[in-house]
Amino acid sequence: MEFTSTVREKKHVVPKKKYSPVREFWVNFRRQKTAFFASMFILLLIIIAFVGPSIAPYDPYQPDYDATLQGPSSEHVLGTDEYGRDIFSRILVGTRITLSVSMSSVLIGAVVGTVLGIMSGYFGGWLDRIIMRSSDVMFAFPDLLLAIAIVAILGPGLNNVIIAVSVFSVPSFARLVRSSTLEAKENTFVEAAKSMGAPHKRIMFKHIFPETVSGLIVFVTMRIGGAIIAASSLSFLGLGASPETPDWGAMLSMGRDYLGTASHVVMMPGIAIFLTVLAFNLIGDGLRDVLDPKTKNE
Amino acid sequence: MSNKLLKVTGIRKSFDIPSGVFGRKKTLKAVNDVSFEIMEGQTFSLVGESGCGKSSTGRLVSRLLTPSDGEIWIDGEEISQKKESQLKKMRQKVQMIFQDPYASLNPRMKVRDIIAEPLLIHTKLSKLEQQRLVSEILKVVGLNESHADRYAHEFSGGQRQRIGIARALIMKPRLIIADEPVSALDVSIQSQILNLLKDLQSEYNITYLFISHDLSVVEHISDYIGVMYLGTIVESGPKDAIFSDPQHPYTKALLSSVPVPDPTFRKERIILKGDLPSPMNPPTGCPFHTRCPVSMEVCKTIEPKVTQVALDNHFVSCHLMSS
Repeated sequence: MEFTSTVREKKHVVPKKKYSPVREFWVNFRRQKTAFFASMFILLLIIIAFVGPSIAPYDPYQPDYDATLQGPSSEHVLGTDEYGRDIFSRILVGTRITLSVSMSSVLIGAVVGTVLGIMSGYFGGWLDRIIMRSSDVMFAFPDLLLAIAIVAILGPGLNNVIIAVSVFSVPSFARLVRSSTLEAKENTFVEAAKSMGAPHKRIMFKHIFPETVSGLIVFVTMRIGGAIIAASSLSFLGLGASPETPDWGAMLSMGRDYLGTASHVVMMPGIAIFLTVLAFNLIGDGLRDVLDPKTKNE
Repeated sequence: MSNKLLKVTGIRKSFDIPSGVFGRKKTLKAVNDVSFEIMEGQTFSLVGESGCGKSSTGRLVSRLLTPSDGEIWIDGEEISQKKESQLKKMRQKVQMIFQDPYASLNPRMKVRDIIAEPLLIHTKLSKLEQQRLVSEILKVVGLNESHADRYAHEFSGGQRQRIGIARALIMKPRLIIADEPVSALDVSIQSQILNLLKDLQSEYNITYLFISHDLSVVEHISDYIGVMYLGTIVESGPKDAIFSDPQHPYTKALLSSVPVPDPTFRKERIILKGDLPSPMNPPTGCPFHTRCPVSMEVCKTIEPKVTQVALDNHFVSCHLMSS
């Protein structure tokens, strides 16, 4: 009797119970120790970006001419710069600028690049040729040179840095998304959607776009590191944030005159940039191994 | 019942194959002058080996491909050259079932949304109304309400194909094009799906264009059969006529390859010599003459005409018949 009852119960039970995609991703990502650690670091930075100004021990703008160019001490953890401003406070406050500039520029680039890439791969033909040849033109310029040219036209300032960095992100996103679109549109379920008369927009964004997301997430994290460097470089060259803002790149630029006498002025923001870029790249590597196992490098 | 739902006359489809920078462009004739018609509520099967153009024919009828030539009449409407924007009506009347139930369902959508997708595209029903229809159709195909909130990867092959059928059925289509709907399934599941298709046909008066390479499957489900070889229909007719009295040498060879479940039975197998010729470079005359066991001189130069065999609606393209 018991035997038959269990059989009846099993009749409608689905054979394999798998994790939901999100849960599966989380389990696999936890295994990537370095990437997980790096993402904890970035999470900390994001928190600092929000609360930085209120936890900073000193006013980042307030000069203290009695304590210029001091090395790290118990009073000023990371030392002071040429005007006696506390470097630790400036780095904490600058986190917000660095993260928002890099993330927003990459996100803008990703959105525009994704739309262009999907259309290019999906429709093909002359639209594809125009979009891809224009990206080739953009690729012909070194990234930073292009950014400098754009900022030179628009004028210096953080908003223009965001525009410049997003502009040179667009072609790489377009190319990436185009290639995964070409692969995704061969799926039978795309053909099925066509056969039931789904409009192009629906096919592109409901059926093809989700197939490109995993590669996109990986690339976004990788690009953020690059965007931080680009934005800092522009600030270093005096094309980004104005010198008094506690932007990490601008701080590097300010400190370069004292490299021989008070190297910590350059070192501290340099280390901050280094660690942040490294963390984003490590997350990118980990995400790639989890989401995109095909391209895993041994 | 005697209403012609689908009438296809002389459709052709060729693909251009680029061959290097300096090479001459080659054309692949996938479908070459194919004509057939299906009465409402009946099943017409296209059979043939892989690469013979049967799937391409299905895709032409469903207008996933545009024919280079010929006419396609569905329910009194000519659709062969219409633009996508003019096909809205036809897209509701004609639905497809695909071979691979693993690939034809979007892995990121819930079963509920997969089945409701045609409704979302073609109707303005409310979410609630859509879901009511989905639950209804799930029962019809032998699944139940509790399956609706799962993803396709949680199901077995047979269940997935039921989901595919439910999706095709929800618009209450007149014609369903089934492209090898059971060849990816286990034999035991195949018969369940075939019986489901037959039941649905008698209940909703659906017409099937059934594409398969498996003759035993075709024998089970068809009313009419068209045998395809290198992009052309070499023989077509009622199922019984094709199976009991095949006329074309290719049909004979094809039928002799069907295994008989009787170990003591020794039947004569006709083994075809040589390979399937490349459709990029098809033979002159009768396309089958390079492998035909009874080929004659005339076959090499002159294309055979379609001739009617004694029985009604039984047609064959072979010089043996026309002489």
